[in-house]
Amino acid sequence: MVKKGYFGNWGGAFIPEVLHQTFAELEHHFKTAQADPAFWQEYVDLMSTYSCRPTPLTHAENLSKHFGGAQIYIKREDLNHTGAHKANNVMGQGLLVKRMGKTRVIAETGAGQHGVATATMAAKFGFDCTIYMGEVDVQRQRPNVFWMEKMGATVVPVRDGSRTLKDAINEAFRDWVTNVDTTHYVFGTACGPAPFPEMVSWFQSIVGNEAYEQMRIQHGKNPARIYACVGGGSNAMGIFGRFLEEEGVELIGVEAGGKGVETGQHAARLCGNDASPGVAQGYRTMFLQNDDGQMLETHSVAAGLDYVGVSPILSDLWEQGKVRFTAATDQEVMDVLDLTMKKEGIIPALESAHGFVQAFKDAPEMSTDEGIIINMSGRGDKDIFTIAHAFDDPSWKEFIVQRAREYSK
Amino acid sequence: MQLEQHLRKSLEHKDILLMTHIVLGYPSFEVNREVIRQMVDNGVDCIEMQIPFSEPMADGPVIMKANLDSLAIGTRVEECLAFGKEMAATHSIPFLYMTYYNIIFKYGEERFIEACTEAGITGLIVPDLPPEQSEIFFRHARERNIAPILIYSPTSTHERMKELDDSGSGFIYCVARRGVTGKKSDLDEDFTSYLQRCRAATSKPLAVGFGIQSADDINALRGIADMAVIGSQTIRLVDEQGPEAVGPFIAELRG
Ligand SMILES: Cc1ncc(COP(=O)(O)O)c(C=O)c1O
Repeated sequence: MVKKGYFGNWGGAFIPEVLHQTFAELEHHFKTAQADPAFWQEYVDLMSTYSCRPTPLTHAENLSKHFGGAQIYIKREDLNHTGAHKANNVMGQGLLVKRMGKTRVIAETGAGQHGVATATMAAKFGFDCTIYMGEVDVQRQRPNVFWMEKMGATVVPVRDGSRTLKDAINEAFRDWVTNVDTTHYVFGTACGPAPFPEMVSWFQSIVGNEAYEQMRIQHGKNPARIYACVGGGSNAMGIFGRFLEEEGVELIGVEAGGKGVETGQHAARLCGNDASPGVAQGYRTMFLQNDDGQMLETHSVAAGLDYVGVSPILSDLWEQGKVRFTAATDQEVMDVLDLTMKKEGIIPALESAHGFVQAFKDAPEMSTDEGIIINMSGRGDKDIFTIAHAFDDPSWKEFIVQRAREYSK
Repeated sequence: MQLEQHLRKSLEHKDILLMTHIVLGYPSFEVNREVIRQMVDNGVDCIEMQIPFSEPMADGPVIMKANLDSLAIGTRVEECLAFGKEMAATHSIPFLYMTYYNIIFKYGEERFIEACTEAGITGLIVPDLPPEQSEIFFRHARERNIAPILIYSPTSTHERMKELDDSGSGFIYCVARRGVTGKKSDLDEDFTSYLQRCRAATSKPLAVGFGIQSADDINALRGIADMAVIGSQTIRLVDEQGPEAVGPFIAELRG
């Protein structure tokens, strides 16, 4: 028998006692909502009026021709409100927060997309909002910090540890144990203590449900393969979910290869050899850690993938061989971004571009009547500073220098 | 001797016991050794030694920094175990390890408990390991007479307290308030009624920790708790005034 909150060997809820009662309540509200078709309908209605659901499935004809193989379809989560799949999870949890009667929400964020989505939800539903973000990520995702603050959220830069996503999660937990009576922690990905992995995946399943229908209509059959980048694993779980039991659909998760999986400077948990089973941040999964169980530094150009752990559900699917895992390096990501912008006029987020890398490697070897879906988890606008820097763009640099001069007067 | 019996014996001639906390390897094992000596010489009854972890989720800024600084200078789990063994052999009071579950999980639960037995450690405090999550850990600990210390919080219901009481041994660690270590706690009326709830749920000795910093705090606990836990305050003291300040501080708390 599988223990409650576990997926095979993975998952669980390793939480301090002070949170025990709040998790019991959360579990109760989640299960009640899950069993109530009216709740899901309310959620779908909200996402189709406040956000842009269903998001389109775009046939990337130019890229398909360019590679001369599989037909490439792109699931456009960039067109979801706030520019990423993150809003799916956040609006869903927002509805639960209303049911639970709490008045304040907190969240961690890496790329800032989850933070922006949470700040947006808090503004709409009238909650107080605090976002924890590693100092490194504050620097590299500055536009998102600006929008969070404009929507009324307090953004707290986290200066401990590696100053990235995992440290933001620790800090959010510290807030939660202190303010548990009023506050809900809107966990941003399919990780953390149960029921978060299952709950976040449930809200994100809207992506795969739509893609399934859209593919039938636009392509006439199931895709042969589906690609998604994997940070914590929520966009991957979202698009994979509906297809898990479908015959002949290969699922591919793409992790951050950073400077190369052999360099140690990456965030490849499931496709490399550097991770091992561990328990941290409230759950058991494959972690990048040393022999003593201390977490390692990770690296990725994409803040949202720069994380030591991964969804326990994905660890289970990996162990069962149901999802193939690969990695894309920082450099490959930049090359793919350039090509996608030029060929399709579409700007993927740095995170999403990881999925494109593997799809572009595989597509040429596939036949032209096969279809593949790339989950474009978000838009690249947030990355303008990083991308402009990587392209060493002269006119952009000139603009920044001038602006800085104006501000320093 | 088992931890609970040891504490009960001390309680025969003291109205409240003192447990102190140190982070191993911070600022160095050398300083840890001196701090522990002063604690024991000045009447501390029990010491929890924290094996540092890179993600100390339940700790506030002072202890968190001590964890990260200790790791930054290269502290290893094996060194912590060897140091614990040395302390237990040197001093006659009970020594406990406090750490996060991943350290134990990675070491191997059975092997870790074996190492504790060998080192003469009497109890373990693992704040992120609720009893439901590792049957193995609790079984091995009990078999080897290493007390798994469970934690009560003001948010725990009576039913939950009973459940925890069934799985734990040694004593119950009652956190004085919601939150992480380090900040001062109000030991007010709400707190007193919380401790009454704790008392009603268990017959084990009650330790109170989180934000206990002064002789006044300890006086407030006399009669309602069995042991006061001093955590971040001694770390602050060592940071600011060096290890020699610990002895007088403990003596003053002891009153
Ligand atoms: C656009 C985008 N894609 C992907 C991710 C990675 O998260 P997950 O693996 O949960 O989808 C993030 C996280 O911040 C993101 O902002």
